[in-house]
Amino acid sequence: MILDTLHLTKETLREEVEKMKSKGYRFVTITCLEIDEDFVELLYHFDKDLELIHYRMQVAKGTTMPSVSTIFFAAFLVENEIYDQFGIKFDDLVLDFGGTLYLDEDEEEVTSTPFCRYSVKRK
Amino acid sequence: MPGMIKNVLKNFISKSATRPYPIEVRPGFKDARGELTNQMSKCTLCTLCAKKCPTQCITVLRKELTWEVDPFTCVYCGICVDVCPQNCLSHSTEHKKPARTKTKLILKQEKPPAPEEIIKTDEKPVVPEKIDPGHDYH
Amino acid sequence: MSKTIIPFGPQHPVLPEPIHVSLTVEDEIVTEAVPAFGYVHRGLEKLAEKKDFNQMIQVVERVCGICSMIHAMCYCEGLETLMNVEVPRRAKLLRVIWSELHRIHSHLLWLGLYADAFGFESVFMQFWKIRERIMDINEATAGNRVIVSVNQVGGVRRDLSPSQLKWILDEITVVEKEMKSMESTMLNDYTVKKRTVGIGVLTREMAYELGASGPVLRASGIAQDMRQLKYEAFDELDFEPVVEQDGDCYARGVIRFRETMQSIDIVRQAISRLPQGDTFVKVKGKPEGEIVTRVEQPRGECLYYIKANKTKFLDRLRIRTPTFANIPPLAAMLPGIELADVPVVILSIDPCISCTER
Repeated sequence: MILDTLHLTKETLREEVEKMKSKGYRFVTITCLEIDEDFVELLYHFDKDLELIHYRMQVAKGTTMPSVSTIFFAAFLVENEIYDQFGIKFDDLVLDFGGTLYLDEDEEEVTSTPFCRYSVKRK
Repeated sequence: MPGMIKNVLKNFISKSATRPYPIEVRPGFKDARGELTNQMSKCTLCTLCAKKCPTQCITVLRKELTWEVDPFTCVYCGICVDVCPQNCLSHSTEHKKPARTKTKLILKQEKPPAPEEIIKTDEKPVVPEKIDPGHDYH
Repeated sequence: MSKTIIPFGPQHPVLPEPIHVSLTVEDEIVTEAVPAFGYVHRGLEKLAEKKDFNQMIQVVERVCGICSMIHAMCYCEGLETLMNVEVPRRAKLLRVIWSELHRIHSHLLWLGLYADAFGFESVFMQFWKIRERIMDINEATAGNRVIVSVNQVGGVRRDLSPSQLKWILDEITVVEKEMKSMESTMLNDYTVKKRTVGIGVLTREMAYELGASGPVLRASGIAQDMRQLKYEAFDELDFEPVVEQDGDCYARGVIRFRETMQSIDIVRQAISRLPQGDTFVKVKGKPEGEIVTRVEQPRGECLYYIKANKTKFLDRLRIRTPTFANIPPLAAMLPGIELADVPVVILSIDPCISCTER
């Protein structure tokens, strides 16, 4: 059983999300999962009248993504979490924890991301 | 406030809702999952409980003929009791008392169970019918 | 007027769990609130790589200490759909009974804490006294008080005997009676209204846009309840989402009070419709594929994403808990209110921080 998903790319992301918002959809969450050595998958879930719509997108590890938290404020928490756990950075976050959502601020400079074998260098 | 005054006055004359704990202890419920024990005379040391345990708190040493459980790692989910083919594991109705040191419960097998007592793993375990305690819970 | 930054939490008398909020205050009025997390992060999603999918039931139960049963139910439902298992009707209704009992005791816990937050101690003790009956039902029927461990893939692990069912009915009747005696205090009392009416208002549009869920969403006038998805046995049970229009702290309190009464009614219905039969089916094989399941928890909508690859271990388990969704509305609610009302507003979303961080 595979989820019915719509395809999305990094370029069309913000445009599509804006469209969803004008259609009256509610942002639910983003799911991130590791698929292989180089790629992770992002699933954007939206809801309207108890119907879920999923968008799927593959991105290379370490990519910087455009944030949707300027469109849906609710997205800031999950985008920060994904940066913590997968090392996918989001640009223009409304509230940027800079990789310290769960971690302490004076952690070591280089931290490995727990959900995929990939390390991020933090300033 | 006025609605509450009626309630407060009622509480003055009714029985206390709490118990003076160490002096008066409520008896455990019939189906409560208290301390985990093993009836070693029936155990075949099959290690099924150790494999299924979500916290790996049970260690079975077949060479030394011992079965041990760490009560401080155990989460009292009762899965080992459900899967045991010999029905030799059981929870007592009382909870474990607090302790100063973390000690394991180590049980040693004196002699293995007689062959006719051994239930084969692929057979369905016979679950003894629980005695219905009726309404007398408190 | 000069700005002052006041740290709220992680240890605060009204907070049962640690969350930190930096409040920028201008003359007693909050102008900015920035939440910070990371005090109870345990990495439970990651454990899916080490524990097999059956053992994960015991792990997901520990995501939240209060709605443990509903977490496990959501997880099991997802795996059952992936493995094409048809759960017996009796098991589905038993799940509903236990999950609604969890909702009752969670709401009673919250009502108590809420009364405590605005300083009404006797109401706090009264609600917790009522709650103890539900905890006793949990211990007597499932074995444990909070983390009941009754779910397994394919059904439930415990059954309820006729005398136990009768006892549950008797107990919830007493709970209902005691709740009714609290109704005038909780809903009409001057003290309660003074501290909650018009505080922390979340309008209908804001609640929807910020992704609020559960009682927070319904208090703002949107009738959305995941039980409308008819999961488990909710297709044959009579039920209407409880809605309030005001969107303030008072409305959230009323929602939870009325939902408690509604859950008592659902337990009664489920017991009256309980058929005879098995409580579980034997499940063979391993799950494969991916699925999203949603259930309604006391705090709101809970979403599970499960991806399995036909081995013992799941590829990915993602849990989106209700408080995770309710944090952004909280951050939007806080600016503009008085410092003295901050504890009441934070508590009004029923924060479960160990859920949020997992």
